[in-house]
Amino acid sequence: MKTQLENNIIKTERTGPVLFSPYKRGDAIKKAVKQKREDILFEIKDSGLKGRGGAGFPTSTKWMLTAAAKADKKFIVCNADEGEPGTFKDRVLLMEYPQLVFEGMVVGGYTIGAQTGIVYLRAEYEYMFEQLENYLANMREDNLLGENILGTDFSFDISIRLGSGAYVCGEETALIESLEGHRGEPRNRPPFPVNTGYMGYPTSVNNVETLAAVPHIITKGGSWFKKFGTDKSTGSKLFSVSGDCERPGVYELPWGTSINELLEIVGAKNTKAVQVGGASGICVPRSQFDRKLGYEDIPTGGSVIIFNESRNMLHVLKNFMEFFVEESCGQCTPCRIGNIKLLEGVEMIERGEFTFKYINTLKELGRTMQVASKCGLGQSSPNSFISILENFKDEIFHTTGTNGFNGKAGK
Amino acid sequence: MKEKLRAPKAQQPLIVEKPTLEDGIGSKVTVEINEKKVQVLFGQTILEACKENQIHVPTLCHHPDLCIAGNCRICVVEVEGMRTLQTACSFPITAPIKIKTSSPMVRKARRHIIDLLLSEHYGECYSCVRNNNCELQTLAKEYGVDSYTFGHVQEPVYEVDLSSYSVVRDMNKCVNCRRCVRTCIDLQEVGVLEAIGRGDKTHIGTFLEKPLADVICINCGQCINRCPTGALRANDPSDVIWNAIDDPTKHVVIQTAPSPRAAIGEVFGLEPGKSFTGELNTALRRIGFDVVFDTNFTADLTIIEEGTELILRLYKALVKKEQVALPQFTSCSPGWVKYLEHFYPEYIDNLSSAKSPQQMFGALIKTFYAQKKGIDPKDIVSVALMPCAAKKFECNRPEMVDSGYKDVDFGLTTRELGQMIQEAGIYLPEMPKSNFDDPFGEASGAGLIFGATGGVMEAALRSVIELVTGKKVEDVFANADITPVRGFEGIKYAEIPITEVGPVPKLLQHLVPDWNWLKGATLKIAVAHGTANAKKIMDDIKAGGKFSECHFIEFMACPGGCLGGGGQPIPTDEEIRKMRAKAIYDEDNSLPVRKSHENRHVAEIYDVFLTDGPCGHISHKLLHTHYIKRGKYIA
Repeated sequence: MKTQLENNIIKTERTGPVLFSPYKRGDAIKKAVKQKREDILFEIKDSGLKGRGGAGFPTSTKWMLTAAAKADKKFIVCNADEGEPGTFKDRVLLMEYPQLVFEGMVVGGYTIGAQTGIVYLRAEYEYMFEQLENYLANMREDNLLGENILGTDFSFDISIRLGSGAYVCGEETALIESLEGHRGEPRNRPPFPVNTGYMGYPTSVNNVETLAAVPHIITKGGSWFKKFGTDKSTGSKLFSVSGDCERPGVYELPWGTSINELLEIVGAKNTKAVQVGGASGICVPRSQFDRKLGYEDIPTGGSVIIFNESRNMLHVLKNFMEFFVEESCGQCTPCRIGNIKLLEGVEMIERGEFTFKYINTLKELGRTMQVASKCGLGQSSPNSFISILENFKDEIFHTTGTNGFNGKAGK
Repeated sequence: MKEKLRAPKAQQPLIVEKPTLEDGIGSKVTVEINEKKVQVLFGQTILEACKENQIHVPTLCHHPDLCIAGNCRICVVEVEGMRTLQTACSFPITAPIKIKTSSPMVRKARRHIIDLLLSEHYGECYSCVRNNNCELQTLAKEYGVDSYTFGHVQEPVYEVDLSSYSVVRDMNKCVNCRRCVRTCIDLQEVGVLEAIGRGDKTHIGTFLEKPLADVICINCGQCINRCPTGALRANDPSDVIWNAIDDPTKHVVIQTAPSPRAAIGEVFGLEPGKSFTGELNTALRRIGFDVVFDTNFTADLTIIEEGTELILRLYKALVKKEQVALPQFTSCSPGWVKYLEHFYPEYIDNLSSAKSPQQMFGALIKTFYAQKKGIDPKDIVSVALMPCAAKKFECNRPEMVDSGYKDVDFGLTTRELGQMIQEAGIYLPEMPKSNFDDPFGEASGAGLIFGATGGVMEAALRSVIELVTGKKVEDVFANADITPVRGFEGIKYAEIPITEVGPVPKLLQHLVPDWNWLKGATLKIAVAHGTANAKKIMDDIKAGGKFSECHFIEFMACPGGCLGGGGQPIPTDEEIRKMRAKAIYDEDNSLPVRKSHENRHVAEIYDVFLTDGPCGHISHKLLHTHYIKRGKYIA
C-alpha cells in the first residue's frame, strides 16, 4: 500500500500514447466551438471512443442520444466517484491533467447542448476540491468557461459536488440520485439518464478518463486516436496496477496489451493470478495470461491487482465478497441477500463444511444475480465468485494443510 | 407529465409521454408475449400489458396505489435482445419487443429470489397474523417452495416495536419491499419510515431508530394495509376484550363504525361491495358483547355539534367581526388530527373542537347510558369497532377521560373483529340480521356516509342547507345526493350559494337570532383524503391561496376516507375502495332517515341530557376536546 501511494504521489514524468501525450491547454475548446455539433459527434464516432468506466458504452452514442433528447436543460456529469477497489487512475488525471477532464466536459456540453457540467467527486478526494475549484476559476478567467465562451454564444459552467462515500454511487443512476440529495440507489432503466437524468433532464454521465480522451480526439482527430489499440478497442487505457509487483502505479498502455506484457512492464514475478476490473471484475489464472485487455476479450475499468504464489485465492475471494455484502445498496433482493449467501458459501469452504452440491447451487444463484439484479453492482458482484472458484478449484478444493484450509471437505 | 412526487426518482413511476390520441398512428405497439402477438398501448409497462392479456406475472414490491420500485425483482421477464432480465413492473413498452414471462431462466431467477427472501424472513406461517393473507406465502406456494434452499432465520434479529398504540413493527418479517416507505413518504407524505443502512445492514427504520411512539407517526396504518407480510400489524387488543367478555361482572359495549360493515365480508373471502350491518350485529351478540351501538348515531351528533360550531364561527366572523380561525377543519379522523398537530401546529385552532364520533360515543356510554341503565361506569368496557389504526391511539389520548373514566377502552379493527368472529366459530355472511340497541338505536344515512371521503361534508351540507334555508335538500340536490363532494378525486372543491334563508330552528335559537346575515353568501367547502392531499390544501392555505377562503374543509387521513382505513381488510386498492364506497352509498340510499338533524334520538338526547343544546356547557364538557401543538421535533 505504501509503495502504491508513493508511486502515485511522486510525480514522475508521465509518458503515454494518448492521454499522457503533449496537449496545449485550451486547444480543444478553441477548436470545438468553431465546429458544428454534428462534426464533433462524427469525430468522436470515428475515434471509436468507448466509456472508460468499465461498461464500454460508445461515447458518441451516449452523446448523440442526449443531444437528440428534447428538453430546455441538459447536463453533463463527470463521474469521478472512483471507487472500484484497486483503481486510482482518475486521481492522477484530476490532479495532474485537469485541463483534459474539464475541457472534455466543455466539449461534451457543447456537443449535447448542455449548459451545466457537474463533477461528482468521491468524498475521499475532498483534498483535491480546492485545487480543482482554482483550476475552474482560471478557466473562467480565460473565458474557457462561463458566459459566451471565447466570444461564441455558447455558455457553460462546471460545478464540483462531493459524494457521500457509497461505492454504488459510481453507478450512473445512483450517482444522479445522490446528486439530487437522495439515498444513493440505482434507478430503474429504462428510462435512461440520456432521457431522464439529473432532475429529470437529459444527462450524459461520463467517466473521468473518457472525458480526458476527448480533447486529444478533437485536436488530433479520430483517425489518429484509432491508430492505437485494436479494432474494437481503440485508443489507450490507463491501468491502475497494484499488488505483487515491483512498480505499481498508473500506466497508459494501448488496448490489446496482453496480461503477460503488462506483468513484464510492472515487474511482476511468480504471478499466480491477476484480478482485472477490480472486485467486480474477473480473476485470470496464469494459464490465461496471454489474453488481451480490451473490450473484445477482457474489458476493464483499469484496475489490475496482481497476486503472486504466496496468496490464498480463497482469502482473496472472501475479501471481495465481504466488500459486496457491505457495499450493495440494499435495494434489490438478488444483490442484497445474494451476496450474503455467496460470502457464507466462501466461509463454508474455509471451514471445510460444505457440499459441492450447495456450492454449485450458489454458482447458479450467482448467474441469477448476474441477470436479475437491478444495476451493474449486483450483476457483476458474482463474477469473482464464479471465476475464482472455477479457475482455482484445484487450489481451493484439493490442497491440504496450507492456506487456512483444513482439507476436510465434503465430497 | 404527472405531478411531482416527493419520493426519490429511483422509486418513482416512469414518465413516458403517451401519444394523445389513443387510436392515432403510433400509439399502439405490437409486442410478442410468450410467442403470441398482442397490441398494447405505447408506454404501458410489461406488467400492465400482461395483465390485460390474462398473463400472470408475480409481484411483491409492486402495489397499485404506490409508485414503481422494481426492487424485489420477482416480476423479472425475458426481453429478447437484452442481456439481463427486466422487471415487468417498471419496463415501459416503447418498441415492438418480444417478451417471455416463464422461460427457464425466468423461473429459476424467481425461485432464487423467493428462496433468498425466505432466508431472511423470520418465523413460521402458522404463528403469523397474516397467515393465508400473505403475499410472500402465496409466492412460495406458487413456486412450489418445499425447503429453505438458502437457510432460514433461526433467531429474531430485531426487537418487535410495540411502543405505538396503533402500529406494531416486527422487522424480522420484513422483506425490504419498501411498500411501507413509499406509503409513508409518497402516498401519505408523512415520512416516518425510510430505508436505513446499506448492504446486509439495510432495513426499514424510523428517525434515529426511535420507537414508533416517539416519532411523528400519525398512526394511519396505511403501511399495514400495504405490507405484503406480517412485518407490520395493528396493535391487537382482542385477548383483553375476550377476557372482558368472559368476565360476568363486566358490561361489554361495542359501537360499530360504518366502514367495517362495508368491508368485513372480505375477511370471509367475499368480494368487496356488500354491507353486513344486520349480520354483524347478530354476530357481535353471539360472540358475547352485551350491547351493540351504531357509531352513526354519534356521527349525527357530530354533525350537529360541528355544524353548530361552524355557524358560531361564521357568525362571529361575519356579524360580530371577531377574529376566528377559518376555515374550520373536521376532526373526525385521528390520523389527520395528529398529522396537523405535527406538521401544521399553528393551525390547530382551525380544527373543530368537536370530538370524533368514537369519542363522543365513549363519553356518552359511560355517562348518559350508564345512568339510564343504572350501571356503574367502572364496570363498563367500551369497545369501538373501527376501520382505523389511529382510533387505537385516539382512545388512549390522556385527555379523553371526560366521563371520569377512560371514555373508550379499546379500538378494534375490522381485521381483528373478523378474527374474533372466526374464532367464535361464526360464519358472518350467513348470520340472521338484527338491529342496533337502544337508546341509540336509530342513526341516519348521513352518519353512515362518514365512511367515505366527502361523507362528513355531505352529511353536514344535508343539515346546513335544510336548517338555514328551510328548503328540502332534495330540492337542491336530487335524492339528497350531494355529488360534488363525492368521488375519489384527491381534492374536491365546491361552492354552495345561499340565495334564501328560512327561520332559525328551535335547537339553535339561543345562539343566533336569524339567518339574514347568511343571505347572499356563498359557502365554500373542500374535501381532501390522504394526508398527501391534505398537505396540498394546507400549503395552499399557508400561501393564502383559494383554499384559505374556504369555510369548512373535510380532511381524512386515509385514501378513500375511513373505508380505506388502516384497520380494514387487506388487500386494498382503488377498485376495492370504490366497491366499499358503493356499499356505503347503497345502504344510505335504503335508509328512511338520511339527515342527522332528523334523527329523533339525537333530538331526544338534547332534550333529556345535553339540555343546554349544541355547543352548550354539558356538550362542551363531554363532546368537545382540545389539541396539542406537537410539532415535528419530539424530545
